[in-house]
Amino acid sequence: MSESLTFHYDVDGEDFTSAGQASVQVKKNLRRLGISPDIIRQVSIAMYEGEINMVIHAGGGKADVIVTEDKIEIILADKGPGIADVSLAMQEGYSTAPDSVRSLGFGAGMGLPNMKRYTDEMTIESVVGQGTTIKMTVKLA
Amino acid sequence: MYMHSVELDVSKCTGCTTCLRHCPTEAIRIRNGHAVINSERCIDCGECIRVCPSNAKKAMCSKFEHYQNFKWKIALPAPTLYGQFEGVDDVDTILQGLLDIGFDDVYEVAKAAELVTEYTRLYLKTEGIKKPVISSACPVVVRLISLRYPYLRDNIMPILPPIEVAAGLARQRAKEEHPELKDDEIGIYFISPCAAKVSYIRNGFGDYKSKIDVVVSLKDIYFMLLGAMKKGNTPSKASEAGMIGIGWASSGGESSAILNDNYLAADGIENVNKVLDAIENGNIPQLEFIELNACSGGCVGGVMTIENPFIARTRLQTVRRYRPVSLNRLSKDMHYVPENCYCSELPTYTPISRLSANFSESMRMMAEIQRIRETLPGIDCGACGSPGCRAFAEDLVKGTVSDISLCPVLKRNGGEEENKKDNESNQ
Repeated sequence: MSESLTFHYDVDGEDFTSAGQASVQVKKNLRRLGISPDIIRQVSIAMYEGEINMVIHAGGGKADVIVTEDKIEIILADKGPGIADVSLAMQEGYSTAPDSVRSLGFGAGMGLPNMKRYTDEMTIESVVGQGTTIKMTVKLA
Repeated sequence: MYMHSVELDVSKCTGCTTCLRHCPTEAIRIRNGHAVINSERCIDCGECIRVCPSNAKKAMCSKFEHYQNFKWKIALPAPTLYGQFEGVDDVDTILQGLLDIGFDDVYEVAKAAELVTEYTRLYLKTEGIKKPVISSACPVVVRLISLRYPYLRDNIMPILPPIEVAAGLARQRAKEEHPELKDDEIGIYFISPCAAKVSYIRNGFGDYKSKIDVVVSLKDIYFMLLGAMKKGNTPSKASEAGMIGIGWASSGGESSAILNDNYLAADGIENVNKVLDAIENGNIPQLEFIELNACSGGCVGGVMTIENPFIARTRLQTVRRYRPVSLNRLSKDMHYVPENCYCSELPTYTPISRLSANFSESMRMMAEIQRIRETLPGIDCGACGSPGCRAFAEDLVKGTVSDISLCPVLKRNGGEEENKKDNESNQ
């Protein structure tokens, strides 16, 4: 089957309190497709972490979730500052989040590691000063 | 088939769309001029009863006078009842009122709640359980989890809610005190503040069958009870519940009693959904216990109560003030929850949202929904009879409605464009 469905979301970087909304919408749509609860959880956690990252570090961005017969792809693209050292950013506990965000309980340095943990594949393309695009894939059994 | 407790009086319903827009599970449609509830999706939260401006929706309950056929009638008052009466700060007078209107005995749900508090403390110490533990007391929350949050199913505390523990103990006490009574001569009457408990008692909890025989609406017996209390008969019974048990009536009462600061209490169905989404995504701090109440304020906010929930809550503070902390402690050598208070059967996950059992078919339908949705105005007015534009598109694709012209906005705009054309051609 070559058919695919795309769900597109604009992640608003201005409004911190609305962060996490896209993840809830994705969850609802995946339920409608009858995707299994475990897969939905993986996708919604990965999506949530990515969304929060875009709001904290990049002033928002765009999220696309593409569903095909055998996989779900999540593409998060922003025009933020970029990640200087990707392998350092992937380490658990490493964070560049400002104190204002940490005081809300974010910025524990678990975002990227969690995104990797909950998906089957993850690639990060980042150019300092230009932005970051993260592509994650969750396979449908 | 799940039996619900929300009943619609079609003659009163004006088809006004208020309930449509408030239903948290999009279970309502307006068809043929009146509301229709999809029973698969309904979680019995009672929001539609609460918001209906025409009082067309009510909770189905047994009328007390219809159930006089038990020889020994035991009332199980929810602690919420204690906050309904102005100037009454002594629970004993309320209990006497219940005896005066025809009950043979009273077994307070608040008493059983204190036992459940003790069991909860023990359960939280069990190794290998999934945390945070979610309270099983609000039946709306339990049903919501089974329909929407399957991943959190094992977080639900597998201990019976206070009403069931109370029902079991009430029957046991009746048999001990009156060995001549046969089982079918004893009737257990729960005096309920909410519609959801009515459904829960009818349907059970997974495979568990409720031990309650009759559910009486708090609203229905209120005036009868008020009259009886006015007589001022000297109380013959003393309340067997303390501050902790009575505290269960409002949000935070159950969780604050577990003697562990690591808890969260949320009330109101929207907040409940938000908290469940947050736990599912793992983005809340590690917690031991979560108390969730579908009604705003907790059980005092139930749709079958009389008093405003916040006033009731304040009254309960007065009622509780001179009570002992708890009158139902477990003995020191009791280190386990009694077997008969466990409920191992949890409701199974029902994927109510899915469009089709076949994945490719769901994908095709979803694509079609997205296509139609783009042509709709996106103002979610509900005038078509569906709760929003997306839901309307879904209803069209599912074939439950057949005509896109049910959308009055499309129709009007279409009409305007035609008018414009007419005007242009006239010039």
